[in-house]
Amino acid sequence: MKARILVIGAATAALLATPALAADQPKRGGILNFAVEAEPPNYDCHAATSFAFIHPVRPHYSTLLKFDAPNYPKIKGDLAESWSVSADNLTYTFKLRTGVKFHDGSAFSSEDVKVSYERIINPPPGVVSARKASYDDIASIDTPDAQTVVFHLKAPNAAMPAQFASPWDCIYSAAKLKMDPKFPEKNVLGTGPFKFKDYVKGGYWEGVRFDGYFEKGKPYLDGYKAIFIKGAAAINAIQGGQIAAEFRGQSPSDRDQLVKALGPKIKVEESPWICNLVVAFNAEKKPFDDPRVRRALSLAIDRWGGSAPLSKIAIVGPVGGLLRPGYSLAASQAELEKMPGFSHDIKASREEAKKLLKEAGVSNLKFKLTNRNVPNPYTPVGVYLIDQWRQIGVQVEHEQLETSPYIAALSSGNYQAGLDFNCDYMDEPNLQLIKYISADKSSINYGHYNDRVLDDLYEKQKRSTDPVQRAKLLREFETRALTEAYTVPTIWWHRIIAHSAALKGWSITPSHYLGQDLTDVWLDQ
Amino acid sequence: MLAYVVHRLLLMIPTLLGVAVLVFLLLRVMPGDVVELKLKADGADVSAETLKAERQRLGLDKPMASQLADWLTGLATLDFGTSMWTEDRVSHEVAIRLQLSIEVAILAALVAVAIGIPFGILAALYRNTWIDQAIRIVAFAGLATPSFWLGMLVILGLLALFEWSPPVTFTPFFQDPVANLMQLIWPALAVGYRYSAMVTRMTRSTLLEVLQEDYIRTARAKGVSERMVVLRHAMRNAMLPVITVVGLEFAFLIGGLVVTEQVFNLNGIGKLFVDATLHADYTMVQALVMLVAGFFILVNFCVDMLYAVLDPRVRYR
Repeated sequence: MKARILVIGAATAALLATPALAADQPKRGGILNFAVEAEPPNYDCHAATSFAFIHPVRPHYSTLLKFDAPNYPKIKGDLAESWSVSADNLTYTFKLRTGVKFHDGSAFSSEDVKVSYERIINPPPGVVSARKASYDDIASIDTPDAQTVVFHLKAPNAAMPAQFASPWDCIYSAAKLKMDPKFPEKNVLGTGPFKFKDYVKGGYWEGVRFDGYFEKGKPYLDGYKAIFIKGAAAINAIQGGQIAAEFRGQSPSDRDQLVKALGPKIKVEESPWICNLVVAFNAEKKPFDDPRVRRALSLAIDRWGGSAPLSKIAIVGPVGGLLRPGYSLAASQAELEKMPGFSHDIKASREEAKKLLKEAGVSNLKFKLTNRNVPNPYTPVGVYLIDQWRQIGVQVEHEQLETSPYIAALSSGNYQAGLDFNCDYMDEPNLQLIKYISADKSSINYGHYNDRVLDDLYEKQKRSTDPVQRAKLLREFETRALTEAYTVPTIWWHRIIAHSAALKGWSITPSHYLGQDLTDVWLDQ
Repeated sequence: MLAYVVHRLLLMIPTLLGVAVLVFLLLRVMPGDVVELKLKADGADVSAETLKAERQRLGLDKPMASQLADWLTGLATLDFGTSMWTEDRVSHEVAIRLQLSIEVAILAALVAVAIGIPFGILAALYRNTWIDQAIRIVAFAGLATPSFWLGMLVILGLLALFEWSPPVTFTPFFQDPVANLMQLIWPALAVGYRYSAMVTRMTRSTLLEVLQEDYIRTARAKGVSERMVVLRHAMRNAMLPVITVVGLEFAFLIGGLVVTEQVFNLNGIGKLFVDATLHADYTMVQALVMLVAGFFILVNFCVDMLYAVLDPRVRYR
């Protein structure tokens, strides 16, 4: 009797469990429709810099490695099956998958990897390589056989091997590049899970499953359509069931609108974001050439106090230094609180700020904050900063410009203080700290200053493959940067993605540039 | 008459030339350029050499006079050049969007004429009655309501009542008329309402004026039915200003529905205009301005010629 009860119990438990298990089994089929806020200007990964490129085009391509989205920051092989690093960190050897084909049926080999990377490192005339400087350390690339590619570095680089997982390092066909180095600008030919189907300018970008994809059984989707929709129209389209998602991010109010309207039909995923807004002081203009003035303005900002209220109206939240809070090499809260601008005692900080301004002879400081005319999060953070500075008697005019004149103003130095941004595809000081090194080494240093101490510390941490040593160098860099306060962080961004609950297999990551190849995505319908 | 027509056609040339030079100069006064935007807007660390090489490739390093000469030469041969943002032919980019913009304009014009003219006639015939008052209130509301705001209400209404929003991709009419109209009828109604309000008011006021004329009194005295008096005698003269309003408003709809296109996510000329301006895409903005200016001039000309057809008293010399 007892045995019978146990068997019935076990069977019942199995029956109850089965629907849940079945629900998690990917289903094949369906077209994923999603929104993208802007269009890519051309089809070339190596020249692109925007999510507007990644979201529609990335599914056509593979990279050597890629980030394991559900387990970020782990990396896994994409075209590479395995890899090894020499003891001196100067040689990276990748064993490539066999049987990989491009969408036109031609075979993939190590030559394609070599030629693609050479294009990034030494772009031919007329070809733009937006990340050339990131690969300066690669001395040469060898291909001992069709399944092996070896990168030789000039010096150790702490960003490797994760940098080979960059979503921008699409592997192109060597044969096509040899015919025409600009082939990828107007042609899509990759080894990724989806083939190019159609692109209607201003309308949509369409991909269809590549049946010869090297991961058998994938992708699950029949295809996808990236529809170019901006702003509220995208949220309305999600609510109206016309699209399943928008993968850059939604504001808290958009999220709340969708949850209220759709209830269980919407799923919300949230994550920290490797993006932050920074205040850049133009060190070529008085009084911002005086570190006391810059530091005073940084001290006046109550980052801890502003985080919670701003997170209700803007896509910001976490407080951190130069590196994303939560990243393994970022300053701990205890370390951060000791740095200028991050004390919890805002009253004392503001007293110090007033004292510094008085010493510098600019107690009644007035200036203009140049900001980007984008509602989220630029406008609310700009307004917040102006309020914070008012607390120490500083009057600030808020100038909001469209992106083109905004970039022009920051680049040319035609501004006093600007609200700048720093976004990357991975947590990596080599990337995040480029903002803070000298202007003659970094084109995105809009503070227009040179600081050789920072340059030296940057170079040292870049070469340091020992995490403990590297963390120490990073703290020194951070302390120097925040003390000199040429460019200071405000609040880090917070990513919210509200998508159809039918969309499965997609995982949010701290970067809107990652996890967009759609290999594992399926529709539960 | 022929001399007049030729004279009008020839006058278009200096007008368009003036517009071409003005838009060229105004664009170059704006700070920023397409290269910086394309390569640096997302924070990439791109070298000054790369930016310089791109500017050279796009011809942005040439002297202003040289760039103007290239632009005017192209214009003379109807070669609008290549978009600096996408590097696709401008004519191709415009052609993709023109179909939708023209269709929305036609649908809105149909709505306007179908509603505006009958309402205008009714309001004039039943002047100072409750019918007239009701029509005038509806017309005033139409003039006061921005079409993009009405569009937003339409979308929110559809979402709230039916949990449905219009399709977000364009299907050409002859490919699938149902899908096409499911997307475009809503912006056509939103825009057409305001359009019809203008037509209603113009029809009412011109008809009221014409109905006071001696020949109308004569026709009535001769025993002509009221229906004939209005439709055969009065309407023909009252329609002339209405045609002007319909024509000029139609021309505005090509490229003028910037916000409405954003609300309904329409891939039209207005959206292209905004995107090109934000991208500092000089060639595209120049071409679009010429397109809209040319369209306005042409519509204006056609309306004037139609006057001569409808009113035998009008003879151009």
